[in-house]
Amino acid sequence: MARAVTNQRKAINTAAAWIIGLLIFFPILWTILTSFKTEAQAISDPPVFLFFQWTTENYSTVMERSNYGRFLWNSIFIAGGSTILGLIIAIPAAWSMAFVPSRRTKDILLWMLSTKMLPAVGVLYPIYLLFIQFGLLDNVYGLTFILMLINLPIIVWMLYTYFREIPGEILEAARMDGANLKSEILYVLTPMAIPGIASTMLLNFILAWNEAFWTLNLTAAKAAPLTAFIASYSSPEGLFYAKLSAASTMAIAPILIMGWFSQKQLVRGLTFGAVK
Amino acid sequence: MSIKRTLLSTVVGLGLTAGIAAADGHSATITIATVNNGDMIRMQGYTDQFTAESGIAVEWVTLEENVLRSRVTTDITTKGGQFDIMTIGMYETPIWGANGWLVPLDDLSAEYDAGDILPAMAGGLSHDGTLYAAPFYGESSMVMYRTDLMEKAGMEMPAAPTWEFIRDAAAAMTDRDNEINGICLRGKAGWGEGGAFITAMSNSFGARWFDMEWNAQFDTDAWANTLNFFKDMMDASGPSGYATNGFNENLNLFNQGKCGMWIDATVAASFVTGDGSTVADSVGFALAPDNGLGKRSNWLWAWALAIPAGTQQEAEAKQFIEWATGKGYIELVAANEGWANVPPGARTSLYENPEYQKVPFAQMTLDSILSANPNESTVEPSPYVGVQFAAIPEFAGIATQVSQEFSAAYAGQQTVEEALAKAQAITDEAMEAAGYK
Repeated sequence: MARAVTNQRKAINTAAAWIIGLLIFFPILWTILTSFKTEAQAISDPPVFLFFQWTTENYSTVMERSNYGRFLWNSIFIAGGSTILGLIIAIPAAWSMAFVPSRRTKDILLWMLSTKMLPAVGVLYPIYLLFIQFGLLDNVYGLTFILMLINLPIIVWMLYTYFREIPGEILEAARMDGANLKSEILYVLTPMAIPGIASTMLLNFILAWNEAFWTLNLTAAKAAPLTAFIASYSSPEGLFYAKLSAASTMAIAPILIMGWFSQKQLVRGLTFGAVK
Repeated sequence: MSIKRTLLSTVVGLGLTAGIAAADGHSATITIATVNNGDMIRMQGYTDQFTAESGIAVEWVTLEENVLRSRVTTDITTKGGQFDIMTIGMYETPIWGANGWLVPLDDLSAEYDAGDILPAMAGGLSHDGTLYAAPFYGESSMVMYRTDLMEKAGMEMPAAPTWEFIRDAAAAMTDRDNEINGICLRGKAGWGEGGAFITAMSNSFGARWFDMEWNAQFDTDAWANTLNFFKDMMDASGPSGYATNGFNENLNLFNQGKCGMWIDATVAASFVTGDGSTVADSVGFALAPDNGLGKRSNWLWAWALAIPAGTQQEAEAKQFIEWATGKGYIELVAANEGWANVPPGARTSLYENPEYQKVPFAQMTLDSILSANPNESTVEPSPYVGVQFAAIPEFAGIATQVSQEFSAAYAGQQTVEEALAKAQAITDEAMEAAGYK
């Protein structure tokens, strides 16, 4: 039987949730506020919070100096492409691991995850040389491929966890009704795992969007995404915090908006199977 | 879709692409990797003018200094060919030039007047007498101080102060109640941050990184004196948390009136006297201090444009370098934005220009640059080139670790003696592993 929650307890929980939420959101809020300050206000001590002369000058400067549209399109292409490509490979892989496991399935899963433990810089030179060989440097397709590879272990792991929650008997019934492998995965498994697939997709899209090691090292002028756009406004010699904040706000805005609209799906997917 | 239709669309597509390319009217496109600082950003703004004059389009890749350094190093060592021009500094140029990774700039046109480049800059950007990078702007370091606070303290800044004077003035100017620190200096870990400052300072104390047999020298009295002097002075008169302060943090403190003195890059002079400074009207300049040993504590640095060997567009890249680092560009900026905004420290003729001589920090910048000699930076002989660094490939890695140990000592996490002992061990071990000994 569920415990009755008193109004007082509810209020405390709500307040605590708001405080934690605001604390987590504060760095983003501060970045957004700073983007509307002048460079002098951005570094003033004590810092100004809301009562300053708001200006959009930093945004004008950033738009004038950089081709934001190109960076944005590259980010969308790379993050979207790597996520879709990853799902195409990971769904059958996770299906086989969840429903027809072998003696080595657990080991393979662990091995896949262990590749994430290798520092990226350790394989920079081999990957760079391969990219030169195949003409993939500063190329959105090359970057899409490498980000797909990097996020693949996470996609497989997440999907494997979701698929394990689906009773194998349902797939068996589908097979008895004459469904072949393709139909089983496409028309039976996938619709049932939609919340899990959606949250996997969203999380990997965010991971690919924010990836800043490979996107900085394998691109130059043509394929550079928004991470390179932000990096172009950082400087150890010169105070450009307000412009850097404007660039950061412009880089995170699309993903923030996307996250805002898909938060229900994301939470549903992430808690999928957590409550029985 | 039939094969016929596919072929037709491909041909039409290719035709359109070719048409657009032709309509674009650019004979070539060069890609330039550069840092994000005021002068470089300004240059990007004038690129259209270069394109209009030459028909060469320019693609910019602007990155933060450390990211850029790692990015271009990866590309040049693997012959990736991503860039036609790279913005590099005095540290990389002689090493990369010696490795044959850069195109020699020994055939620049007569109008360019390579002989006009300041000798200190040309020397630091050459290997075996061949210029490998053209300086876009150069800098040294100097003392920037508050004239009002100095007067209040009853002292007068000499044009060429000693460290003793700086320490006494810092103590006299410190006013903790009003949040005024007598002196602000870099303590932040990193070979280009606190590491650069303490190395330049150590030169004036008679210290050096290596003896002529490449043995580390951190176990000498000269290094102990340098570090103890720095720490004692900063503990007494510096800002709290100075162990994590770099250029930007100190610039911020100075501009808000919280530093009596700041010893840092000459390029900061335009920032502390510019719009963003609350103390712009009361800033004076002096040479970086010495200790009476014949070497001052100023460094020498240049951001320069170099062409990686193997680029397919060498001629176009040279054309751009001649435009961007030539006398014409300086006149272009002066005409549009005033003489205070032209890239400083690269050409002798700039300092002979009567208009530029009116800029308050021009002469002190030149004097500082001229007083630094990358080929003889230490009191006792040393085997390396460079003032605030040793131009060997291993230096960046070693100096970053060493500066981390020094920063830990500034923060009180270990003693100066412990930091120096660790620095000695780190450096000796790395030099042995690299085959110098």
